[in-house]
Amino acid sequence: MTRQSLFRMRMAGLLRKELRQILRDPSSIALAVVLPLVMLFLFGYGVSLDAEHVPLAMVLQDRAAPARELAARFEGSRYFDVRHAASLSEARRWLDQRKVEGIVCLQSDFAAHIQRQQAASVQVIVNGVDANRARLIQAYARGVLQQWGALRHARGEAAAVPAVTVVQRVWFNEGAVSRNFLVPGLIALIMTLIGTLLTALVVAREWERGTMEAILVTPLRRIDLLLGKLLPYFFLGMAGMGLSVALAVTLFQVPLRGSLSVLFVLSALFMLAALGLGLMISAAVRVQFVAAQISIVTGFLPAVFLSGLLFDLESTPLPIQIVSHVVPARYFVTIIHTLFMAGNVWSVLLPNALALLVMAVLFIALAYRNITKRLEAP
Amino acid sequence: MTVPRRIIALIRKEFALILKDPKSRVVVIVPPLIQFFVFGYAATYDLKNVRYAVLDEDRSAISGRLLARLDGSESFARVGTLTAGHQVAEVLDGRQARLVVHIGSGFSRDLHNGAPVAVQVLVDGRNSNSALLALGYIGTIVEQFNRQLAAEGLVALSGPGVALVERAWFNPNLQSRWYIVSALGGIISMVVVMILTSLSVAREREFGTFDQLLVAPFTPAEILIGKSLPGICFGLIDALLFSLGAVFWYGVPFRGSPAALLLVLIGFVVTIVGVGLLVSSMAKTMQQALMGAFVFMMPAVILSGFTTPIENMPGWLQAGTLLNPVRYIITALRLIFLQGADTAAVWPQLWPLLVMAAVTLPVAGRLFRHRSQ
Amino acid sequence: MTTVVRPPDSDPSVTTESVLTARRLTKTFAAAKAKAEVVTALQGVSLKVDRGQVAGLVGADGAGKTTLLRIAAGLLVPTEGTVTVLGLDSARDSLAVQSRVGYMPQRFGLYEDLTVAENMDLYADLQGVPKAERRRRYPRLLAMTGLAPFPRRRAGDLSGGMKQKLGLACALIKSPQLLLLDEPTVGVDPVSRRELWKIVYELAEGEGIGVLLATAYLDEAERCHHVALLHEGRLMAEGPPRAFHDRVRGRVFLIAPPAGVAPRRIHTRLARATGIQDVTIRAGRVRLVTAADAAAGAAFDLPATWRAGMQPAEPCFEDAFMALLPRREAAFAPAAQIDDGAAAVEVGEVVVRTEGLSKYFGAFAAVQDLSFEVRRGEIFGLLGPNGAGKSTTFRMLCGLTTAGGGKLTVAGRDLRRSRARARARLGYMAQRFSLYTQLSVRENLQFYGRAYGLAGARLQARMDWAYAEFGLAAWRDRAAGELPGGYKQRLAMATALLHQPDILFLDEPTSGVDPLARREFWLRINGFAQQGVTVVVTTHFMEESEYCDRMLIMSRGRTLAVGTPEQIRALARSADLPAPTMEDAFIALAEGRAGAASSGAHQ
Repeated sequence: MTRQSLFRMRMAGLLRKELRQILRDPSSIALAVVLPLVMLFLFGYGVSLDAEHVPLAMVLQDRAAPARELAARFEGSRYFDVRHAASLSEARRWLDQRKVEGIVCLQSDFAAHIQRQQAASVQVIVNGVDANRARLIQAYARGVLQQWGALRHARGEAAAVPAVTVVQRVWFNEGAVSRNFLVPGLIALIMTLIGTLLTALVVAREWERGTMEAILVTPLRRIDLLLGKLLPYFFLGMAGMGLSVALAVTLFQVPLRGSLSVLFVLSALFMLAALGLGLMISAAVRVQFVAAQISIVTGFLPAVFLSGLLFDLESTPLPIQIVSHVVPARYFVTIIHTLFMAGNVWSVLLPNALALLVMAVLFIALAYRNITKRLEAP
Repeated sequence: MTVPRRIIALIRKEFALILKDPKSRVVVIVPPLIQFFVFGYAATYDLKNVRYAVLDEDRSAISGRLLARLDGSESFARVGTLTAGHQVAEVLDGRQARLVVHIGSGFSRDLHNGAPVAVQVLVDGRNSNSALLALGYIGTIVEQFNRQLAAEGLVALSGPGVALVERAWFNPNLQSRWYIVSALGGIISMVVVMILTSLSVAREREFGTFDQLLVAPFTPAEILIGKSLPGICFGLIDALLFSLGAVFWYGVPFRGSPAALLLVLIGFVVTIVGVGLLVSSMAKTMQQALMGAFVFMMPAVILSGFTTPIENMPGWLQAGTLLNPVRYIITALRLIFLQGADTAAVWPQLWPLLVMAAVTLPVAGRLFRHRSQ
Repeated sequence: MTTVVRPPDSDPSVTTESVLTARRLTKTFAAAKAKAEVVTALQGVSLKVDRGQVAGLVGADGAGKTTLLRIAAGLLVPTEGTVTVLGLDSARDSLAVQSRVGYMPQRFGLYEDLTVAENMDLYADLQGVPKAERRRRYPRLLAMTGLAPFPRRRAGDLSGGMKQKLGLACALIKSPQLLLLDEPTVGVDPVSRRELWKIVYELAEGEGIGVLLATAYLDEAERCHHVALLHEGRLMAEGPPRAFHDRVRGRVFLIAPPAGVAPRRIHTRLARATGIQDVTIRAGRVRLVTAADAAAGAAFDLPATWRAGMQPAEPCFEDAFMALLPRREAAFAPAAQIDDGAAAVEVGEVVVRTEGLSKYFGAFAAVQDLSFEVRRGEIFGLLGPNGAGKSTTFRMLCGLTTAGGGKLTVAGRDLRRSRARARARLGYMAQRFSLYTQLSVRENLQFYGRAYGLAGARLQARMDWAYAEFGLAAWRDRAAGELPGGYKQRLAMATALLHQPDILFLDEPTSGVDPLARREFWLRINGFAQQGVTVVVTTHFMEESEYCDRMLIMSRGRTLAVGTPEQIRALARSADLPAPTMEDAFIALAEGRAGAASSGAHQ
């Protein structure tokens, strides 16, 4: 038998074993299949940062035509669900009880001021607890007022619109739909779950169940051991990625502007980095409980919080930004956001891909160095 | 007399197990601390130093003043000055800048003539939330600029316009850190309690001590109390510590009543202990228990309103979150910290937790006796 | 230190061609705790295994058997010395060694989620066995191991014996030249053990493979060509089993108990006597090995009626083993309450009774129609191979599982109804060590004492009793997990007895326990039974059933026989087997050859 056919036979054997084990172990399936699907659907259909139909209390202390017209514009906006409050104190009570998230108050002299060409004030009060949402609500309210101003100007009722107006355009994501960045980012998280958490767990399990001793005593080389764990989970992770991309594009209507082949190549790089981390952990830790803890703290949490998946990294304090540079998911989230929404922008893709390549090589090399054919730690 | 003595023995043992096991000790201390800092500092929606570029074709004193306002803001940091229109696409594509402010060549002329002028703002929408927020910031700055111009009489505001008076209650400076950090105690204590309790029965089962316990003359209720108390204690201590941390480290105001805080935390921790024991009694091994805890926590956090508002979800999903205990604690903590709620005000959040605790605990108690067969 | 026992005439089947040679092997491990302590697992051990030879490594826990096998397999690097396997250094050329050696670890690494065939395929792939050769080899291996009917069954669903046989098949997948087996028969029933040994002999004698096998079953040493006795990392003696016999020849005696005297009582009495190295009960008679310096049976005190039944016996390996090992320091000194056997123990009232007890898991009948009674002060044994339904029965008796059908009363109560209170009178010792490993000895005792309502001075008194009775005083502040094996077992027993239960349930108390600790254990059990404690015990060591008053043998959920050891053994008596052992009886019963309904032992 040639060396090569021997190698192929071993790899095929290990691959088959790993695949069967995953398919027959409920907890692996939960981690590799169920959890990713649940999260994908939650992010695709459920979770969103876009505020619509915000319940708003309208206090009309003035019933004159301009006030009614402005109120009607609020009512007509898709961003707001307006409820009329009899008094400001009732509206405040609603705000306290979280029945509404904001109050628009037009005071009794609103129309009179407008008639007399004086500045009439519109009071907008928001519940600031959710600061992010409060800001969006304020911006929407401002938009309604601006449109109303423009309308009146066009009708010749108002002499001028504000001196300078902002004409805004959101590139890459015209409707500013948060799903378009949440779902691709989630792919990075799913690949981290499979590459780091699942891999670290299955290797630790082999130690705990004693199967590792039987494997070690076969004439496998260290490189065979490494590849035997790397390849199956690489394919599993890539399959998960493929499925996620397919769902994202077809079901959740996320635009994919870059090329699919580039996406696959760069995902493969990230997958290798995530696997490298998982294998590094598993080479050092032989207990599932500890492996799970370490991979959650070093793989999972950073992939959520230090990657730009949900929170903008550039606004975090400097130490956090520095730490984020050793998180592979950070580079991949940048890549995948660009590929999905902007396209093949090489000036973004190349440096990030290079970082991933360096990390993948480093992690896998370290994992290889720590793999041993002996029962004692090296 | 023997009954309380037995229970006390059981409780002492449970505490000793957690405190003597280095792994459990780590679970109670290290990940919570990491989470406290990561959540507190990394989980923010506030924008700082948004990199922007300027294409100023007017290059007048007045356009310079507008730009100076942007530069003076903490929220923005200028990274480039463009000279030609085609550069806009380059800097946005390559993420050199997240935002480009384009001032057209007729800016100052039109402004002096009293004609309406527009500033074009192009923003990178790859993170749509940041994009919208940045636009909001710019809108505010431009409005202040308008007011200043009017005050100086540089432009004749012949019409009144409508002055917008904006106020944010409970969080006047709209810091999203308050939003995240006030709820931190709930999330972190949930992680600790879930891991501790989901492992507690599974560990005894894996090491064979559970049979020994069942053979001893404990009633299921006694075992349940013994198993729940350590989780409740450690969960409460963690939650209260991180609540203190929120106030004294992150400077989040505490406006509500401490009694209300204690009540909702107890209600929540008891509920989570019930869920954890439920997971634990269904698991055969510690690894399955850990997976179970993970599979529960992921969606529970996503659907809790901790990072993304429940109100943004579709109706059916919002209805689904009513079954999520984490939702109630997050809401209640924010009510107490920021809105100054007292016990009466958090009651709508408290009673669902009590109901859930009343269901999960007894079910777990029944289950771990039956499953041991 | 090493005593090499060379027989006058060498076994002709053994050639001089060596497949494994260990030279002055020493292995030290850093202790688990960061202290500078070093544990010496092996010290200067030299050993040789020849082609076609079955060599046995025998020793108590911590003797270094597993370490030696692992070094030979290239899994550990020796601190000093070398192991040469088939001319290759096991540490330097471990890959080459591993492709020529079959190794079966103690817990063989079967993937429980994979089927029989899939496990074999995996190891064939890893060993690079070509497809054509597999087609020739599989049927042979499957037939040899009796696994041919279940290629599609998952390894996790196999019985203990079948798992071991599958492990062996996997280790043999590439016709190795040397086979290393680490306790291959632990937890395997006698029938499967016999089959495993048959396979090992076929391989050694038929194919000329060298076999090195570690075992804690001393009767298995008898079947080896060559035995090496290890103790605490040192080689105490080696040679063919016959050479070991010679060392204790003339020092082994059997005492047939006079009518009306239970062999157990003679056993208990003699265990205390000086000048005696070992006492056991075998086939209804008390077997004893005297100290080397004691003149044949003269040095120790023995009632004349007992001495009358005493006659010299042919030594076996176990006798030699016990005589060669240094006695342990805290050797058991039975407490004062053990009687002199002047009066037979009164048979008390029934404490445990089952009628038609059964338990189904889905369609699978774990226990079917089980009826027996246990009386106060009796030692009652539940025997059977793994999967026979012993554990399920046991769990029903303790109230851990509800009975599927039939009646069950323990101490006059139905455990299903009045659980908590009825349980206060039970003591229970689980199969695996099941105390809190992180808690200290004292904390474990305190917890279980309080669990049973002991407190204050009474608890302290009982704990003091436990320290004294089980020699645990020196260990009281050590974490239970750090105790040596024998002490763990003592602690488990101490906690089970702390509240002075009426009934003691012991589930496989001696599994994984070395021969020394097993002897100590049974001596204690005897003592408690004589104090009136009822003992129900499960075991798969057939010879241990000799210590029981009565026993029940079960297989596949059904009762095979119930009766005294004497009655059970009688079932297998035949012309060619005039004095069957308990193991013979079990095999006969399991194979349906025993005198079935003819015996009075059947209910």
